Amino acid sequence: MKRYVVSGTMAALLALPQIVGAGETKLVLDGSTTVGPLAKAFAEYFMQQNPGVKISVSESGSGNGAKSLLNGTCDIATMSRAMKPEEVAAAATKGVNVVAHVVAVDALPVLVHPSNPVENLTMQQLKDIYLGTITNWKEVGGPNLRIVKISRDTNSGTYECFEELVMNKEKMANDVEYVGSNGAVRQRVMSTRGAIGYAGLAFVDRKVKALKINGVAPCAVTARNKTYPIARPLYMYTNGEPKKGSTLERFIHLYKTKKGHELVEEIGFVPVE
Amino acid sequence: MTPPQVKRSGLLLSAGAQRRQRVACMLGRGFLFAVASVSAVAVLFIFVYIVRDAVPFFSWERLREFFTSTRWYPSGSPPEFGALAIIYGSAMVTVGAVVVAVPLGIAAAVCLSDVLPFGARQIVKPVIEILAAIPSVAYGFFALVVFAPLLQEHGGRVLAVMVWLLGLPLTALAVLVLSDMLARLLGRHGQKGPQGVFAAMLGCLFIGVLIWLSRRAAAMHIDSGTNALNVALILGIMALPTVVSVSEDALQAAGRELREGSYALGATRAETLLNVIVPAASGGISAAVILGFMRAIGETMVVWMASGNAAQLPQPLYNFFMPVRTLTATIAGDMGEADHVTGSARYHVLFVMALVLLLISFACNSVSEWIIWRRRKRLGV
Repeated sequence: MKRYVVSGTMAALLALPQIVGAGETKLVLDGSTTVGPLAKAFAEYFMQQNPGVKISVSESGSGNGAKSLLNGTCDIATMSRAMKPEEVAAAATKGVNVVAHVVAVDALPVLVHPSNPVENLTMQQLKDIYLGTITNWKEVGGPNLRIVKISRDTNSGTYECFEELVMNKEKMANDVEYVGSNGAVRQRVMSTRGAIGYAGLAFVDRKVKALKINGVAPCAVTARNKTYPIARPLYMYTNGEPKKGSTLERFIHLYKTKKGHELVEEIGFVPVE
Repeated sequence: MTPPQVKRSGLLLSAGAQRRQRVACMLGRGFLFAVASVSAVAVLFIFVYIVRDAVPFFSWERLREFFTSTRWYPSGSPPEFGALAIIYGSAMVTVGAVVVAVPLGIAAAVCLSDVLPFGARQIVKPVIEILAAIPSVAYGFFALVVFAPLLQEHGGRVLAVMVWLLGLPLTALAVLVLSDMLARLLGRHGQKGPQGVFAAMLGCLFIGVLIWLSRRAAAMHIDSGTNALNVALILGIMALPTVVSVSEDALQAAGRELREGSYALGATRAETLLNVIVPAASGGISAAVILGFMRAIGETMVVWMASGNAAQLPQPLYNFFMPVRTLTATIAGDMGEADHVTGSARYHVLFVMALVLLLISFACNSVSEWIIWRRRKRLGV
């Protein structure tokens, strides 16, 4: 008898959160580690303004975010690249109508260790470094150190953007090291003297140094007016146009509001209208 | 007059009760069989689904490229799926891990079962088993954030410390054994004076060699701390508790009688251990080695975070200071882009890698079973 009482109580306790949580609105975001910090800032602000809404943000990579949207396991897919034609076609076969919202513009700064004296690289030099043609920092005016190349893994929108804008779809050298997130790129570069890597604007701080590319330093102004060559829009994809007045629509359109612009700039991206 | 009632013994069941008993027995056995077979069926299903999704990749040119080419560009145009460097990377870090875990593990097991006093054993064994409870992502985090910068900034010093750590015990052992042998050769065995002189001379020689080696090691410079050495060491530490536990069980199972018999014949503890106990437990110890191997080859988080993930063959092949890429990290890293609908070859090649890992595990298991079977046959059990 006691056994039944105990197990019955446990079952009721486990069911409690489901009953209590039934009254809330939930939003699930998944996708890019670049857009992740921005999505989290938006989510925090939105949850503050709207108690009763629960927003969860995961960062498993742009590719994974697109998959989640197609499978219906997330409401918004945050991506740092546009959806590929194959992904859009796959969505159509599953009855998912993808709608893109450009929420900010990002520049891809090229990061090196703070002790590295090199200040500027041309696009061609950057490409040659990642192709493996240039292997030592002294060939570009730096110290006699082997260049340790860090790249994002192929899951990532950041990687795809770099591959398209810098490598022109040519294949990187096979001693390039791949890491799983922008944070990991920053961590590797700040602890390795000979390292070079690329991440998002949000990840530049005093512990790493951002190089000028073709003489232009990466920042909000140069990203917006396209003088910095490695710049890309950041997307949030939804299934269909969000209904007017719904929580989803209010969240997505945060990027147009004044507070949204503030949040975008705080993170280090460039706000859009 | 009514006939006297036959006294029914309380132990005999009526026919109805017997039938019910039999049905209940069958139901119970059937239920337990179903529950037990769930695990076997699950393994079978995993195997079937992996093979089903790997087969679309199979074609002669693709398989030849997979096993012989080192160019891994799944997102390139045209995509190249050469996994030789990745398979070599897996093999390299696993061999490194086994080299770290097996000698340490077997020595620790021998120490735990025969050398340490019982009180010390009660403390040391749980501490070693705690190593197995640490999540692998914690190991990966340590390897990436602490160990990799350590190797980059102070690589030479770390290597020199390792040379001394490995060299000193080996030196002590070698000096004792060799001075004994020398004394025997020169007919002065048992005389403390001459044997001491030999030991001192050999000791100086070996220490000199160690000093030279550590100087060479300290002069080395490691460019990138996320390399095969980092991962091999961490994987070795992860596989260690497995090896220690299973070896120690095997050594305990050798039994007191064997040890007492050996001591009764006048053998020293070292002779008993080396000539009697370890050979008697050799089946269990090989099982422990194979378990450690399987733990190392299947580990994903540590290699994804700390191996560098560069799909290249190290130059030269035994260079542990270069970043490598393993099968498990490739599956974990490429999974998001390789969608079932949007990229077929890219998706199926990951299943081919999973199939390779599965076949290696089956092979290891079979070897382990064969070793145990052969030992049983030889002992006539």
